[in-house]
Amino acid sequence: MKHSHVSALAAMSAASLLSACVTINIYFPAAAAEKAADKIIDEVWQLQKKAEPAAPPASKETK
Amino acid sequence: MRSAFAFLLLAFSALVMAQGNLEVNTPAISQVKSAMTSRHAQLAPHYASGALGLARDATVQVRDANAIPLAQRGAVQSAVAAENSDRATLYREIAKANGNPAWEADIRATFAQRWIDKAQPGWWVQNAQGAWVKK
Repeated sequence: MKHSHVSALAAMSAASLLSACVTINIYFPAAAAEKAADKIIDEVWQLQKKAEPAAPPASKETK
Repeated sequence: MRSAFAFLLLAFSALVMAQGNLEVNTPAISQVKSAMTSRHAQLAPHYASGALGLARDATVQVRDANAIPLAQRGAVQSAVAAENSDRATLYREIAKANGNPAWEADIRATFAQRWIDKAQPGWWVQNAQGAWVKK
Protein backbone atom coordinates (compact mmCIF):
# COMPACT_ATOMS: atom_id res chain seq x y z
CA MET A 1 0.00 0.00 0.00
CA LYS A 2 2.57 2.49 1.14
CA HIS A 3 5.12 1.15 -1.31
CA SER A 4 2.83 1.59 -4.29
CA HIS A 5 2.16 5.17 -3.23
CA VAL A 6 5.87 5.95 -3.18
CA SER A 7 6.55 4.40 -6.53
CA ALA A 8 3.55 6.14 -8.08
CA LEU A 9 4.91 9.40 -6.77
CA ALA A 10 8.36 8.59 -8.11
CA ALA A 11 6.95 7.74 -11.51
CA MET A 12 4.97 10.97 -11.58
CA SER A 13 7.90 13.14 -10.64
CA ALA A 14 10.09 11.33 -13.12
CA ALA A 15 7.53 11.94 -15.82
CA SER A 16 7.26 15.62 -15.02
CA LEU A 17 11.04 15.99 -14.91
CA LEU A 18 11.34 14.18 -18.18
CA SER A 19 8.76 16.36 -19.89
CA ALA A 20 10.61 19.45 -18.67
CA CYS A 21 13.81 18.10 -20.16
CA VAL A 22 12.20 17.18 -23.44
CA THR A 23 11.00 20.75 -23.68
CA ILE A 24 14.56 21.98 -23.14
CA ASN A 25 15.87 19.62 -25.73
CA ILE A 26 13.36 20.38 -28.45
CA TYR A 27 13.72 24.16 -28.37
CA PHE A 28 16.96 25.58 -29.64
CA PRO A 29 19.22 26.45 -26.68
CA ALA A 30 20.08 29.97 -27.84
CA ALA A 31 22.23 30.93 -24.85
CA ALA A 32 24.26 27.73 -24.98
CA ALA A 33 24.72 28.14 -28.72
CA GLU A 34 25.95 31.69 -28.28
CA LYS A 35 28.41 30.55 -25.64
CA ALA A 36 29.67 27.78 -27.92
CA ALA A 37 29.95 30.18 -30.87
CA ASP A 38 31.94 32.68 -28.80
CA LYS A 39 34.34 29.99 -27.69
CA ILE A 40 34.92 28.76 -31.23
CA ILE A 41 35.28 32.26 -32.71
CA ASP A 42 37.78 33.23 -30.00
CA GLU A 43 39.77 30.16 -30.94
CA VAL A 44 39.63 30.63 -34.70
CA TRP A 45 40.39 34.35 -34.55
CA GLN A 46 42.76 33.88 -31.62
CA LEU A 47 41.10 36.60 -29.61
CA GLN A 48 42.24 37.03 -26.07
CA LYS A 49 39.78 37.30 -23.26
CA LYS A 50 39.30 40.98 -22.50
CA ALA A 51 40.66 40.49 -19.00
CA GLU A 52 43.45 43.03 -18.71
CA PRO A 53 41.99 46.37 -19.76
CA ALA A 54 45.03 48.27 -18.49
CA ALA A 55 47.57 46.11 -20.31
CA PRO A 56 50.25 48.26 -21.96
CA PRO A 57 50.47 47.86 -25.73
CA ALA A 58 53.14 45.49 -26.93
CA SER A 59 56.34 47.32 -27.80
CA LYS A 60 56.75 45.45 -31.02
CA GLU A 61 53.98 45.79 -33.57
CA THR A 62 53.81 43.03 -36.10
CA LYS A 63 51.86 45.07 -38.56
CA MET B 1 9.72 -3.37 -11.09
CA ARG B 2 7.82 -0.13 -11.41
CA SER B 3 10.14 1.73 -9.09
CA ALA B 4 13.10 0.45 -11.07
CA PHE B 5 11.50 1.93 -14.16
CA ALA B 6 10.91 5.20 -12.35
CA PHE B 7 14.53 5.28 -11.28
CA LEU B 8 15.67 4.72 -14.84
CA LEU B 9 13.47 7.57 -16.00
CA LEU B 10 14.90 9.84 -13.31
CA ALA B 11 18.46 8.92 -14.18
CA PHE B 12 17.83 9.56 -17.84
CA SER B 13 16.20 12.91 -17.26
CA ALA B 14 19.07 14.00 -15.02
CA LEU B 15 21.46 13.08 -17.80
CA VAL B 16 19.57 15.13 -20.36
CA MET B 17 19.36 18.10 -18.00
CA ALA B 18 23.09 18.06 -17.32
CA GLN B 19 23.67 19.31 -20.86
CA GLY B 20 23.61 23.05 -20.28
CA ASN B 21 26.35 23.38 -22.86
CA LEU B 22 26.40 22.37 -26.46
CA GLU B 23 28.70 19.55 -27.42
CA VAL B 24 31.45 21.02 -29.59
CA ASN B 25 34.27 18.57 -28.99
CA THR B 26 34.07 16.03 -31.75
CA PRO B 27 36.88 15.08 -34.13
CA ALA B 28 35.02 16.61 -37.09
CA ILE B 29 34.54 19.92 -35.30
CA SER B 30 38.16 20.04 -34.08
CA GLN B 31 39.37 19.40 -37.60
CA VAL B 32 37.48 22.27 -39.25
CA LYS B 33 38.30 24.54 -36.34
CA SER B 34 42.01 24.04 -36.74
CA ALA B 35 41.80 24.48 -40.52
CA MET B 36 39.91 27.73 -39.99
CA THR B 37 42.39 28.93 -37.37
CA SER B 38 45.36 28.48 -39.69
CA ARG B 39 43.48 30.00 -42.62
CA HIS B 40 42.66 33.09 -40.61
CA ALA B 41 46.22 34.39 -40.90
CA GLN B 42 45.76 34.50 -44.68
CA LEU B 43 42.32 36.13 -44.55
CA ALA B 44 42.84 38.68 -41.76
CA PRO B 45 44.66 41.36 -43.82
CA HIS B 46 41.85 41.27 -46.35
CA TYR B 47 39.18 41.84 -43.72
CA ALA B 48 41.16 44.89 -42.70
CA SER B 49 41.49 46.17 -46.28
CA GLY B 50 37.78 45.78 -46.91
CA ALA B 51 38.28 43.21 -49.65
CA LEU B 52 36.44 40.64 -47.56
CA GLY B 53 33.43 41.09 -45.37
CA LEU B 54 31.46 39.07 -42.84
CA ALA B 55 28.09 38.32 -44.32
CA ARG B 56 24.81 38.07 -42.45
CA ASP B 57 24.49 34.43 -43.52
CA ALA B 58 27.58 33.51 -41.45
CA THR B 59 29.87 33.24 -44.45
CA VAL B 60 32.82 35.28 -45.67
CA GLN B 61 32.25 37.20 -48.89
CA VAL B 62 34.54 38.91 -51.34
CA ARG B 63 33.24 42.49 -51.26
CA ASP B 64 35.90 44.09 -53.39
CA ALA B 65 38.21 41.80 -55.32
CA ASN B 66 40.14 44.81 -56.63
CA ALA B 67 41.37 45.52 -53.12
CA ILE B 68 43.33 42.26 -53.26
CA PRO B 69 46.71 42.47 -55.03
CA LEU B 70 46.34 40.69 -58.35
CA ALA B 71 49.02 38.14 -57.50
CA GLN B 72 47.06 37.00 -54.43
CA ARG B 73 43.55 37.31 -55.81
CA GLY B 74 43.10 33.72 -56.93
CA ALA B 75 44.54 32.30 -53.73
CA VAL B 76 42.37 34.51 -51.54
CA GLN B 77 39.27 33.59 -53.51
CA SER B 78 40.02 29.89 -53.05
CA ALA B 79 40.67 30.47 -49.37
CA VAL B 80 37.26 32.16 -49.05
CA ALA B 81 35.59 29.21 -50.77
CA ALA B 82 37.40 26.78 -48.45
CA GLU B 83 36.48 28.89 -45.43
CA ASN B 84 32.80 28.89 -46.34
CA SER B 85 32.82 25.17 -46.90
CA ASP B 86 34.48 24.66 -43.49
CA ARG B 87 31.99 26.98 -41.86
CA ALA B 88 29.07 25.04 -43.35
CA THR B 89 30.62 21.84 -42.02
CA LEU B 90 31.10 23.44 -38.62
CA TYR B 91 27.45 24.48 -38.27
CA ARG B 92 26.22 21.13 -39.52
CA GLU B 93 28.54 19.16 -37.25
CA ILE B 94 27.59 21.12 -34.13
CA ALA B 95 23.91 20.44 -34.83
CA LYS B 96 24.69 16.77 -35.41
CA ALA B 97 26.88 16.44 -32.33
CA ASN B 98 23.95 17.63 -30.23
CA GLY B 99 21.52 15.17 -31.71
CA ASN B 100 19.50 17.83 -33.54
CA PRO B 101 20.49 18.19 -37.20
CA ALA B 102 17.52 20.55 -37.53
CA TRP B 103 19.36 23.10 -35.38
CA GLU B 104 21.83 23.79 -38.19
CA ALA B 105 20.05 26.94 -39.39
CA ASP B 106 19.75 28.29 -35.83
CA ILE B 107 23.41 27.59 -35.21
CA ARG B 108 24.33 29.34 -38.44
CA ALA B 109 22.25 32.37 -37.43
CA THR B 110 23.89 32.44 -33.99
CA PHE B 111 27.33 32.33 -35.55
CA ALA B 112 26.42 35.02 -38.09
CA GLN B 113 25.60 37.41 -35.29
CA ARG B 114 28.65 36.53 -33.21
CA TRP B 115 31.16 36.72 -36.11
CA ILE B 116 29.81 40.24 -36.81
CA ASP B 117 29.78 41.26 -33.15
CA LYS B 118 33.35 40.09 -32.66
CA ALA B 119 34.71 41.57 -35.90
CA GLN B 120 37.43 44.12 -35.34
CA PRO B 121 36.87 47.83 -35.86
CA GLY B 122 37.51 48.66 -39.51
CA TRP B 123 36.22 45.33 -40.79
CA TRP B 124 33.21 45.23 -43.06
CA VAL B 125 30.04 43.45 -42.00
CA GLN B 126 26.64 43.02 -43.56
CA ASN B 127 23.70 44.51 -41.69
CA ALA B 128 20.21 43.05 -41.44
CA GLN B 129 19.20 44.81 -44.68
CA GLY B 130 22.12 43.26 -46.54
CA ALA B 131 24.12 46.48 -46.84
CA TRP B 132 27.85 46.47 -46.10
CA VAL B 133 28.91 48.67 -43.23
CA LYS B 134 32.34 49.35 -41.80
CA LYS B 135 32.64 48.65 -38.10
